[in-house]
Amino acid sequence: MTSEPSRAGAPSVLVFDEARISYRTRADELNVVPGFSLSIGRGEAVGLVGESGSGKSTLAFAAMGYLGHAGRLVSGRILFEGEDMAGLSAGELRALRGLRMAMVYQDPMSSLNPVMKAGAQLMEVPMRRLGLGRDEARERALAMLAEVEFADPASILERYPHQLSGGQQQRVVIAMALMSEPALLILDEPTTGLDVTVEAAVLDLIGALRHCHDSAILFISHNLGTVARVSDRIAVLYAGELVEEAPAGELFEAPRHPYTRALFNCLPGLARHAAIEGDPPSPGARPEGCAFAPRCAFAKPGPCTSEPIALRASGERRVRCVRLPELAPWTLPVPAATTARAEPPTDRILDVSKLTKAYRVGSPLFGLGEGSRRVQALDGVSLWAGRGETLAIVGESGSGKSTLAGIVAGLELGAEGVVRLNGVPVQHLKVEHRPEALRRGVQIVFQNPDGTLNPSHRVGYALARALRRLAGVERRRLPAEVARLLDLVRLPRAYAARKPRQLSGGEKQRVAIARALAGAPDLLIADEPVSALDLSVQAAIVNLLSELQEARGMTLLFISHDLALVRYLADRVAVMYRGRVMEFGPADEVFSPPFHPYTLTLLSSVTARAEGQSEGAGEGPEGATLAVGCPFHHRCPYKLGSICRDETPPSREAGAEHRIACHIPLGELAAIGASSEEHGEENRDAP
Amino acid sequence: MSTGSPILPPGAAGEPLPRTAELATLWRLLRSPVGALGLALVAFWVAVALFAPLIAPFEPNANDYLALADPTPSGVHWLGTDNLGRDIVSRLAWGARTVLVIVPIAVAAAYAIGCLMGLLAGYIGGWADTLLMRLSDVILSFPVIILYMIVLAHFGPSAINVILAVAFTAAPSVARIVRGLTLDLSNRPYVAAARLRGESPWYVMFVEILPNARGPLIVDGCLRMGYTTIAIGVLGFLGLGLPPDDPNWGGMVKDTYALMSVYPHMSLIPCGAITSLVIGFNLLADGLREVAGDE
Amino acid sequence: MFVFLSRRLLFLVATLLVVSFLVYLLNEAAPGDVARKILGPYATLEQIALLTEELGLNRSVFIRYGEWLGGLFTGDLGYSTLFKAPVGEIIWDRLANTALLAVIAFALIVPLSIVLGVAAGMRESAALDRSISLASIITTSIPEFASGVFLASIFAIWLGWLPGTSTLVRDGGWSITSQLVLPVAVMVLYDLGYVVRMVRASMADVMREPYIRTAVLKGLSWPEVVFRHALRNALIAPFTVILLQINYLVTGVVVVEMIFAYPGFGRMMLEAALAQDIALIEAGVVVAVFIAVSTQILGDLAYMILNPRVRLR
Repeated sequence: MTSEPSRAGAPSVLVFDEARISYRTRADELNVVPGFSLSIGRGEAVGLVGESGSGKSTLAFAAMGYLGHAGRLVSGRILFEGEDMAGLSAGELRALRGLRMAMVYQDPMSSLNPVMKAGAQLMEVPMRRLGLGRDEARERALAMLAEVEFADPASILERYPHQLSGGQQQRVVIAMALMSEPALLILDEPTTGLDVTVEAAVLDLIGALRHCHDSAILFISHNLGTVARVSDRIAVLYAGELVEEAPAGELFEAPRHPYTRALFNCLPGLARHAAIEGDPPSPGARPEGCAFAPRCAFAKPGPCTSEPIALRASGERRVRCVRLPELAPWTLPVPAATTARAEPPTDRILDVSKLTKAYRVGSPLFGLGEGSRRVQALDGVSLWAGRGETLAIVGESGSGKSTLAGIVAGLELGAEGVVRLNGVPVQHLKVEHRPEALRRGVQIVFQNPDGTLNPSHRVGYALARALRRLAGVERRRLPAEVARLLDLVRLPRAYAARKPRQLSGGEKQRVAIARALAGAPDLLIADEPVSALDLSVQAAIVNLLSELQEARGMTLLFISHDLALVRYLADRVAVMYRGRVMEFGPADEVFSPPFHPYTLTLLSSVTARAEGQSEGAGEGPEGATLAVGCPFHHRCPYKLGSICRDETPPSREAGAEHRIACHIPLGELAAIGASSEEHGEENRDAP
Repeated sequence: MSTGSPILPPGAAGEPLPRTAELATLWRLLRSPVGALGLALVAFWVAVALFAPLIAPFEPNANDYLALADPTPSGVHWLGTDNLGRDIVSRLAWGARTVLVIVPIAVAAAYAIGCLMGLLAGYIGGWADTLLMRLSDVILSFPVIILYMIVLAHFGPSAINVILAVAFTAAPSVARIVRGLTLDLSNRPYVAAARLRGESPWYVMFVEILPNARGPLIVDGCLRMGYTTIAIGVLGFLGLGLPPDDPNWGGMVKDTYALMSVYPHMSLIPCGAITSLVIGFNLLADGLREVAGDE
Repeated sequence: MFVFLSRRLLFLVATLLVVSFLVYLLNEAAPGDVARKILGPYATLEQIALLTEELGLNRSVFIRYGEWLGGLFTGDLGYSTLFKAPVGEIIWDRLANTALLAVIAFALIVPLSIVLGVAAGMRESAALDRSISLASIITTSIPEFASGVFLASIFAIWLGWLPGTSTLVRDGGWSITSQLVLPVAVMVLYDLGYVVRMVRASMADVMREPYIRTAVLKGLSWPEVVFRHALRNALIAPFTVILLQINYLVTGVVVVEMIFAYPGFGRMMLEAALAQDIALIEAGVVVAVFIAVSTQILGDLAYMILNPRVRLR
């Protein structure tokens, strides 16, 4: 594996040649990237996929010559347009940045200067770097904003970043990066943290821009699906090492490396019991030989664990695996059969009807009358779950799904409507005031693994306390019971002595699940339990939850923003948008036509167009509240007309237990659904 | 899943697992020059205060009239005597005891009240929050030094009054810090989990929330020890608060600064003492902050 | 904005009322004492009873507080028993003297703290940052009486360049200007470090923000990054802190005034407190609280103006 594998004809814009990158810490030097080679040709889009800690962002910043004080290129070279970046002076480097190379990264809100108007930030590149006058710079900014699909660029120029929605901010950042037509555009997780539909729009935009500009793109993401939508070629990174690189089509047709294959198996909705056990190694503790060997189903002690593994090239593909010739050809895992329950549930453990809740949101600093406005978190929400079922609530941020969970659990109080648990109305009871039996019956597994466990308490204490409070376990039996809980979530018993900071994200979530199960609840609420975890860890947690739900016959309320994730998990699905239930019904009915247009948006790539227009109209996902009309009307591609804006849509019965809130008659919805499913299939082949 | 910055990836620090966090913190503190110097200065004065009876060669209030002819440092009085012939080493040592007894008690009292106020305001919220924070605002809007002067001039000099005055004026600002931390921490899922298993508000406040606020509070406590040392010194210097006979560093300066042109050592030495102690507290706080930032 | 201002002004008035009443209550805790204080230890009981009657001291404390309040609105601040003169004649002179020190000190502290804080915070942990930070810690650690003694022993006694006292009387041939140097130096020395650390912390936070990285990766020069992108963001948080220093500089400088025998507001308050001169204490407290709360309001306003995120639409 020497020097760059040069692409036929096209001279390389960016070349990593055995780049080895380390960070100095107080204790010693951490080798984050042990040796990385990749080249990106002119106008080419290369996707770089890896989990957190895989070194992908390090590589991006290394390409920009921006590793900070602690980081450095230990050996190897990084060539930009043929020039060795290490040999550039600070001035020469500065001359490249912003003009020849530009970067967009995660969290657009914080990448824009909060006290400068968007226009001033956009115009900086042409004015300060290209030496253009104010008027000319303004012209350029306007043109570029129009190109990133803003309907009214002039108004965007005058806005401060906080006055833009997340999708708008990211489009401004992308426009800013393209102002000087750079030879290389690095996109580091540009859509992470954005809502699914907004993400789709931004991805489509990037795809479209590629064809009008001849910038090469390095697209970095933790998400294979995201990368696939914009890349010609994909490189998969594991623990700082390139494990596989291939043209996008080839890779999706037949991933070779066991890690790549495992990632494919983990893609939400594809299969059920395909989790990768364990966690990726931290840079300080990279194992000898193949870094993936400890988690690899095909690893063989000896060849896989002793020597560094070389990359093998065949055609346009490179793979780092010694056992490659012995591996069986890859087959797409067969989606597990939907676990359709034979008999319908006997009773409704949870029954929510016409639940409405509004917040007053003030200006955060002073909480005064003027800045505050009413936000309708929940607006007439009705849904239910049968005993022993899994109910999935799906929606983007601002849909009210977490508010709903909070009210069910008694963490906050609902304003109007009824929530019944086992037939008892509880919406007016805070958890502190609920009868003990009721309180024990509902537990939550939270989203953020970092906040879910108290950092001051050991795992053993957290579990013991839960056992005492929720199950009334006697003091002397506590250690045995704690051990039993740890076994249940497949954690070593010794973990009882650990503090949360000694656990990985997935392990923390397992402890949180154990804690919630201490009192054998009837209803377990899982509020986005995996959305903050790495893909390879997600599947294991989802599987665990699903198995425990089945084994214990408890009801699982699974909250997620990802419709695909819940597909094979849920018995019943509620799709929420801005505080309203758009569609509610048994899972197999929700996942087949007729669809609510919003469900369809979530399911397919129709999203992009719809989002593009609506965002251009200046409506963020948390826009104004509305008392009447359909909240989805200004993003809906199938909008009928003013009726959608002015009248609350009727709840149509699409089946015995299947409701769709839409003005469009069911027959038409079924037709729309059927036609787009055909399209969808095409897209689904390359997820 | 977020790897936005080129800073270290999560979980990168290969820290050995079992070892008490406190010991590790102390070790890192000692390795930072600033923190180690601060710790040394504070430890020095704590030792002096502890062993004051052994260190002080004379009674702190004993007048050596023979030395008044030449009160400068000599074989008998290593640092000389003051305007009344009292041995400066002895007064320094006993003065260290005065300040190192009053300051920790006053700060602890301020913390006890402030933590309770801040926790209640931040966790209970609503009217409790409004009431407590308005009250704090009123106290905080009052210039501290003027408040000390009025209160102590009125109630007369005594160590208890000084402690109460300091605690009364410092508690609201502790409360504000604790409230801010509580507001943040009470949104953590582990607090919701505690509520879901039916823990009482007191358990949540003192077992779930307060321990996680300790980092910033320890740093603030250290800084506050520094401020309070200055405040005690100032009160002594103004002749307020402490009984005139108790040796205290501020009072030593007050008694002698008029003689500065003749015998500068009399006021320079206690000034140096108090300054070194305050520097110690502040460097320690800085070191702790740096160490906390590493975690 | 309007609601905000009126709320804050309401709070200002409420605070003034509460605080002045509490002080009133404190001083009136023993009613007989007031007449005793005025007449001295050798007065007879009859004399005291007579004066108590004359001053209306045996009436309810609320009524007398109400009267005092009424006087406040007509500009009558009462009579100082210590200085044997109307309070109005004393307090404004003293306040003006203190304000002179405060203005000079403030004019030095603001630019110095911004320059030093920004220089330290723009490259965290660099040598410059470490030296400025350490120096700030040390200067704030020196109590004012100690730095007064240190500076006076160097510049007044050892070198003889400056006067050791600042009575604002041209005695000993020292000009008024030269008398102001040491008091101002002590105030600046004590206060500057604190503000520098605030500015530095804020600047360091801002320099870690992704939008600074954006600016750097746009290829802007270092001065452009610092001045165009970092500076304004970095000054938002410390601005309030800087304004609050006015408060300290006017009402918190008792020690400096004592050391240098400076006829200022703080020393007047100390003397009044020791002499239990109620009228003077009350007037001083009202002035002090007024300054404190109005600087707070000013700070909040400035914050709102500087930060577009909280600017009310």
